[in-house]
Amino acid sequence: MAKMRWIALAGGIMLANAVLAQTKDAAVQSIEEYRAMLEDGNPSDLFEAKGEDLWKQIRGPKNASLQQCDLGKGPGVVAGAFVELPRYFADTQRVQDLESRIVTCMQVLQGFDAAKIASTPFDSGEQKNVTALATWIAAQSKGMRFNVPQEHVKEQTAYEIGKRLFFQRGGPHDFACATCHGQDGKRIRLQELANLTRFPGDGVGIAAWPAYRVSTGQMWGMQQRLNDCYRQQRFPYAVFGSDAIIALGVYLGVNSHGAQSVAPAIKR
Amino acid sequence: MADPMRIRAQVKDDKATVRVLMAHEMEGGQRKDASGNVVPAWYIQEVTATLNGKTVLTAEWGPAVSKNPFLQFVVKGAKAGDKIGISWKDNHGDTRSDEATAT
Repeated sequence: MAKMRWIALAGGIMLANAVLAQTKDAAVQSIEEYRAMLEDGNPSDLFEAKGEDLWKQIRGPKNASLQQCDLGKGPGVVAGAFVELPRYFADTQRVQDLESRIVTCMQVLQGFDAAKIASTPFDSGEQKNVTALATWIAAQSKGMRFNVPQEHVKEQTAYEIGKRLFFQRGGPHDFACATCHGQDGKRIRLQELANLTRFPGDGVGIAAWPAYRVSTGQMWGMQQRLNDCYRQQRFPYAVFGSDAIIALGVYLGVNSHGAQSVAPAIKR
Repeated sequence: MADPMRIRAQVKDDKATVRVLMAHEMEGGQRKDASGNVVPAWYIQEVTATLNGKTVLTAEWGPAVSKNPFLQFVVKGAKAGDKIGISWKDNHGDTRSDEATAT
């Protein structure tokens, strides 16, 4: 009889677990429904249109367009470039992500001051244009699969540096990126957290940014997204286009090898 | 001048579903900036939709409408090739008109 009761109790616990799992799934599902509803009117379309215009427009001290910009697949090739970034560029002799590469092109082709753009806060001045350009360029690779190269020694080094930065704990909360993004099935309030230390799946992490944030009404590139993680860790902001922030991009990009890009996405 | 709108009009049976995305700050006039000054109100007040030049929808909007607003509606009797026009006017008197062809 006592044994029977034990079995019944065990069954009760199992049932409770199943109910818990179900409610959690339902919560995640309703967020997905909300996102699908927003998808129809994703304002990133507006930034995409602006970015396309900026790519073709003759601007800057040198009166040139960006149409000869080499994003890694040859001058002017945009389709498929996003899913192979960050990568090593022979002309600048460093690994660059999409946004820092755009700034290089703006400097070399159009004569803008790269250092000045790098020190401009996000969402103002020329940084706004960099984000719009990144949005349009990313959109030209929508649906393609990530294939961030690891052939050059500097690309391999960047991956290792990115990995160390991802696990580096510090700040007043003793946080690392991995504190939130190192386990499966975790959430902060209603936001599910992706495990970015391994393959996170299609359209997650690097494969979703640039994205439009409904809560702020802003378009964010990957660098701004990473800086926001650092803000929440109470770290100082990484310098725009710095080796550290690009190394993190390489780490996330290589881990996402084979993931389908959904950028530009829409976020809460 | 204001940035362009994105208008899509899809015909199904005898109706067209129109989706419009407008680029606008839609500042409500309640917020303060970093130095404590009120950010002045700046929002769309009037929206008009036309089908081949004939008005089919008018709306009066206020400061509660979100930034970069999305508008969706259904027009009866619209056929493929029809012209859907959207225009708005904000409280600065600035206007923007765009047109799309129903498909």
